[in-house]
Amino acid sequence: MQTIGDSLLSATRIDKVFPGAKALDKVDFHLRRGEVHALLGENGAGKSTLVKCLTGAYRRDGGTILLEGVEVDPRDTFNAQKLGIGTVYQEVNLLPNLTVAENLFLGRQPRRLGLVDVGAMNRQARALLENYELDLDVTRALDSYSVAIQQVVAIARAVDLSGKVLILDEPTASLDAHEVEMLFRIIRRLKARGLGIVFITHFLEQVYEISDRITVLRNGQLVGTRDTATLERRDLISMMIGRELAAEIRAAREEPDVTGPVRYRFKDYGRKGHISPFDLDVKAGEVVGIAGLLGSGRTETAEILFGAHRADSGTAEVDGKPVQLSSPRRAIAHRFGFCPEDRKTAGIVGDLSVRENIVLALQARRGWTRPISRTEQNRLADHYIRALDIRTADREKPIRLLSGGNQQKAILARWLATEPEFLILDEPTRGIDVGAHAEIVRLIEGLREKGMSLLVISSEIEELVAYSTRIVVLRDRQHVAALEGNRITADQIIEAIASANERGAA
Amino acid sequence: MKPKYLPLTATIVIFVLSYALCAAQYPNILSTRVIGNLLTDNAFLGIAAVGMTFVILSGGIDLSIGSVIAFTGVFLAVVLDNTAIHPLAAFALVLLITTLFGAVMGAIIHYLEMPAFIVTLAGMFLARGMAFVLSIDSIAIKHPFYGTMKALYYKLPGGGRITLIGGLMLLVFAIGILIAHRTRFGTDVYALGGGTATAKLMGVPVGRTTILIYALSGLLAGLSGIVFSLYTSAGYSLAAVGVELDAITAVVIGGTLLTGGSGFVAGTFIGILIQGLIQTYITFDGSLSSWWTKILIGLLLFVFILMQKGIVYVSRREQRHA
Amino acid sequence: MTAILKSYALRLLPQIIALAAILLMVSFVFPGFFRLEIQNGRLYGSLIDILNRGAPVVLLAIGMTVVIATKGIDLSVGAVMAICGAVAASSITSGHSLAMTLVITLGTGILCGLWNGVLVAILDIQPIIATLVLMVAGRGIAQLVTEGAILTFNDPGLIFLGSGSFAWLPLPVIIWLVFGILVALIVRKTALGMLIEAIGINRQASTLSGVLTPVLLIAAYMLSGLCAAIAGIIAAADIKGADANNAGLWLELDAILAVVIGGTSLLGGRFSIAASVLGAIIIQSINTGILLSGFPPEFNLIIKAAIIVFILVLQSPPVRNAFTFVALLRASRKPTERQAR
Repeated sequence: MQTIGDSLLSATRIDKVFPGAKALDKVDFHLRRGEVHALLGENGAGKSTLVKCLTGAYRRDGGTILLEGVEVDPRDTFNAQKLGIGTVYQEVNLLPNLTVAENLFLGRQPRRLGLVDVGAMNRQARALLENYELDLDVTRALDSYSVAIQQVVAIARAVDLSGKVLILDEPTASLDAHEVEMLFRIIRRLKARGLGIVFITHFLEQVYEISDRITVLRNGQLVGTRDTATLERRDLISMMIGRELAAEIRAAREEPDVTGPVRYRFKDYGRKGHISPFDLDVKAGEVVGIAGLLGSGRTETAEILFGAHRADSGTAEVDGKPVQLSSPRRAIAHRFGFCPEDRKTAGIVGDLSVRENIVLALQARRGWTRPISRTEQNRLADHYIRALDIRTADREKPIRLLSGGNQQKAILARWLATEPEFLILDEPTRGIDVGAHAEIVRLIEGLREKGMSLLVISSEIEELVAYSTRIVVLRDRQHVAALEGNRITADQIIEAIASANERGAA
Repeated sequence: MKPKYLPLTATIVIFVLSYALCAAQYPNILSTRVIGNLLTDNAFLGIAAVGMTFVILSGGIDLSIGSVIAFTGVFLAVVLDNTAIHPLAAFALVLLITTLFGAVMGAIIHYLEMPAFIVTLAGMFLARGMAFVLSIDSIAIKHPFYGTMKALYYKLPGGGRITLIGGLMLLVFAIGILIAHRTRFGTDVYALGGGTATAKLMGVPVGRTTILIYALSGLLAGLSGIVFSLYTSAGYSLAAVGVELDAITAVVIGGTLLTGGSGFVAGTFIGILIQGLIQTYITFDGSLSSWWTKILIGLLLFVFILMQKGIVYVSRREQRHA
Repeated sequence: MTAILKSYALRLLPQIIALAAILLMVSFVFPGFFRLEIQNGRLYGSLIDILNRGAPVVLLAIGMTVVIATKGIDLSVGAVMAICGAVAASSITSGHSLAMTLVITLGTGILCGLWNGVLVAILDIQPIIATLVLMVAGRGIAQLVTEGAILTFNDPGLIFLGSGSFAWLPLPVIIWLVFGILVALIVRKTALGMLIEAIGINRQASTLSGVLTPVLLIAAYMLSGLCAAIAGIIAAADIKGADANNAGLWLELDAILAVVIGGTSLLGGRFSIAASVLGAIIIQSINTGILLSGFPPEFNLIIKAAIIVFILVLQSPPVRNAFTFVALLRASRKPTERQAR
C-alpha cells in the first residue's frame, strides 16, 4: 500500500484491546523521513492509544513496528526515546521548579571532577535553544516562562534525546496564534533536518497549514491516509465524523423555534484576565452554542456564568430580577447547573459511588441537615442510570471505574437530579465513545424541547450545528459574533472564527 | 530578582534585622564568643536539619531523626562503656547503622507506596525503642578521646571559639550545599519535589533517589547523634525529644517549601541561626520566660508560611499576565 | 438495610481481627487479662483499663478522622490538649464554676480549631503546615497560661470527669462512647459524611456541585479542636493538674496512627469513625498488653513499632493489590462472567 522508499517508522496491523473494548483494530501507520504527518480523529478514535503503543507506554496486543526498516519493540517511553522516538504532550511533562537548563539536561548533566559543571550545562542549554529561536535565561525556573516556551523546551529535550521521530500530542491546545506560528517555524525547521513528525490536533486549519499527509482514525480503525494537498476539508470532516452524525445533524436542524421570553440576561458581564465583558440573553427552550478555539475564553465564559469565578463587572438577571452569582452555590440556588470540561479534576468524585455522585449536587443544595433518604437516593440513581443508559454493574460502583462517556452521563444526571432550568455544558462529548456521543447530543435536544435553557461549549463545530438554536463565537477572550437561524452552519461558524481571526491579527 | 530567591532573601533580611535589634540592646551579642557558642550549641540540630532539608525538598518528611540522635548517643555510651572499641570505630559503626536505618525507611516508602509521614513515625518509635533496650539510664561517656576532641577548637579574634562540633556543622552545611546544587543526585531531589510522576517520566531513578535521600537523612541524624554525645558527654534514651520538629521549623523558616521542590540548604542554616538567636536573646534578657521561644518561633513560622503563600500568589499572577 | 449492616461489619473486620489477635496474644502471657470484677460500683479489669487509658487518643482520633477525610491532617491536637488542660486548670483555680470552666475550655479548643480551619480553608495553606504553627507555638501558649508551673486543682467536679465512674464504667469511657456515637450519628444520619468525603476526594468538583467547602473544612478542624479540648480536660482531671509540657505530648501521632490503622487513607475520602476508635483501642491494647505481659518496659516501643509496621504493610497499596489480584484470579476462574452485561 505505502511506498517503502523513505519510510522512517512503519506500524502495521497494530491491535490493542482494553477490557470490554477494542481500542485499536489492525491499524497501519507509516511515517516518512522529513514529513509532518497529522494524526486525526474524534475523541476516542484511538489516536492516543496508537501513540502510546508506538512509544511503549502501552504494550500492543498485535502488529509490528519497524523503525528505519528494523523491527523494534519499545518496552517503555525511555526505551522508545533511546530508539529515537520522542514525545511531547499537551500538558508539558517537565519539572516546573527546575531551571530551563536542568530540565534540558536532567540525568545527563555535564560533570567535571564528579560535580555538575553548571556553567557548561547552561552554555550547552543556550546553544541548544538557539536552534529553536529561543534566547532565554536558562538559569530561571521553567515555570517563570509561558506554556508556549515550556512546550518548545520540551520539544528541544525530546529531539535532543531521541532525534528520529517526534510525536506532538495536541501541542497547540493552549497556545495563542503567535505562539502557534513560532511552534510551526520550529516544526518546519525540524522537518528540514529530516525528522519524521507526528502531529495530533483538533484544529483543522493547523492541519492544512503544517502537515504533508493526514491519517484519520475512527472508532479504533484506520479510515485512511491521504496527502493533505489533495484532500478537501469537507472530505476530511466526513472521514472523521462519518455519516451517522451527519444524518442526525440534518434531522435536528429542522425547526428551531425559540420565541419565549428572555429568562437569563447578562449585561457587561466579565472578569479581568479571564473574559472581556459581554452581553448574553438566554431564552427558555434555547440552546446557545459557544464556538471558538481553545483558549478563546469559552470555559471562562461558562465559569463566570456559574459563579465558579466571580464577575468583576456587569449585572446578571434571572426572569427580570437582578441576582448575585458570586459562587456556584448561589448559581445553583437559581437552578443553574454546570458540567465542567475537565471531568476528572472538576467533575467526578472518583471514590464515591455512582449513586453518591448523582445525588451530590441535590444534597448540597438541600444542605447537610436534610439528608436524602437512602431509598430516595437509590430511586434517583436507578432512574437516571436507566434514563441516560449509564452502563455500570450497579449503582454502588465507584464512579472512577466507569468509562469516560458513562462518567459524563453520571455528571449530567447529577445536574438533572437538581431539576435545573439553566444548564451549562462545557465540552460534554469530549473523550467519549461515538455511541455515548450521539446519546448526549440527543439528550441535549430532548432537554431543550422540554423548555430548559442550555449553554453548550464544544470544539466540534458539526455538533454545535446539530443542537444550537443560536451560536456565539469567541476569540481572544471576547464574544465577537452571534449566528442565528439558517446562518447556523459549519461553514458560517468557521468563517466567523476565521474573520474574527483576521480582525484579531490586524 | 528571581522569585526563587525571595524566601531566602527574606530569611536573611529577618535574621540581620533581628540580630541588629538584639545587638542594639545587648552589644555583647556581637562578640565572637556568643557567635561561637551559637554554632556549638546548635551544631547537632544544624547537622540533622541538613538531612531534613533534603527530605523536605524531595516532598517527604522524616520524623525519626530525634529518636535516631538519642539511639546514637545511647549506642556510643554503651559501646564505649562496655568494650575497648576506639570511639572512631564506634562512630563508623553507628553511622553505618543509622544510614541503613534511613535507607530501609526510604525503601519502604518507595516500594510499599506508604506515606513518609507514617513510615518515619514508625521509625521514630523503633529508634527510640532500640535506645530504651540498650539502656534506660543516662550513661556518662568518660573515654579520654572525648576529652581530646572537646578540647579541639579554632580560636577566633575576640576570644570566641569554633569548636570541633561547631566547625563540623559548618562543614556539613558546605557539603550539603554542594550536593544540592552541584550533583545529579541533588537535581534529582529537587525533581522529586517538583512531581514524582513527571520526574519518573523524565528518567529520574525515583526508587534509588528516595532510598538515598532517607539514607542521607539517617546518616546525618547519626552524625548529629555523635555531635550530641560529644556535646553532652552522655547517652540518654530520652534525649533529643522533638528535635525533628525544631529541624522542620528551621527548614521552613529557612525558606524551603514544605511541599517540596523549592528551597536552599543555606536557608536552613539561617533558620538554625534565627532559632539560636531567639534563645540567646531570651538568655541575655533573663526576665523573659522560656516559653516565649516556642511562641515566637511559632509566630515566625506563621509569618513565613504567609509570605511563601504570597510569593506563590504573586508569581502566578505575573505568569498569567506575561 | 441488612446489606448496609453487612458492609459495615465487613469494613470493620480487619480492625476487629487485629484487636482480637492482640488481646488473645496478651491473654496467653497474662492469664487474668479478661477478668472483670465489680468493686465500689465500678468495673475493674485490664479491658476496662484499656478503654479508660485509651480515652484521650480515642477522642483525638474521632476528630482526626473527620479532618483526614477532608484530605487534611491536624498536627496541633496534642498542643491544643495542653492549652485546654491549662485553661481548664487556671479557670477552675481562679474560682469559675465547673460549668463555666467547661464552656471556656471547650470554647478554647473550638477556637484553636477555627484558627487551623481558617488557615486551611480560607488562606489555602497545606494542612500539615497550617497545623504545624499551632503545634510549635501551642505548648508555649499553654506554659504562658500555667506560667510554667504544673497547675494543680482539687475541684471534685473536674476531678470526677477524669476518675469518676457511672454505670459501672469509668467516666472517660462514658464520655468517649457517648461523644463518639454522637459524632458518628451526626455524620452518618445527616449528609455530612458524604459531603466531607466528597471534599476529601475532589474539593474542586465538590465546590462546583454547590458543596459549602470552606465552611465544612473549618467545621472539621473545629470538631478536631473540640475533641482535643475534651481529651485535654480528661488528661488534666486524671492527674488533677495541668502539665503544659507533657499533656498530650506526641498524642497527635498516636491519633493519626489510629486513623491509619482504622483504614482511612491519609489521602482523604472514605472514612469510618468506628474503625478509627478501634484503631485507637488497638494502640492502647498494645501499650497495656506489653506492660501486662511482663516484657521489660524498654521493649514497649519496639514491639509497638513492629505491630504497627505489620498492620500498615498489610494495608499498603502493593500488598492490597496483590490480595485483590489473587481474589480476581479466583473470581475469573468461575465460569459466570459478569462482564456479559
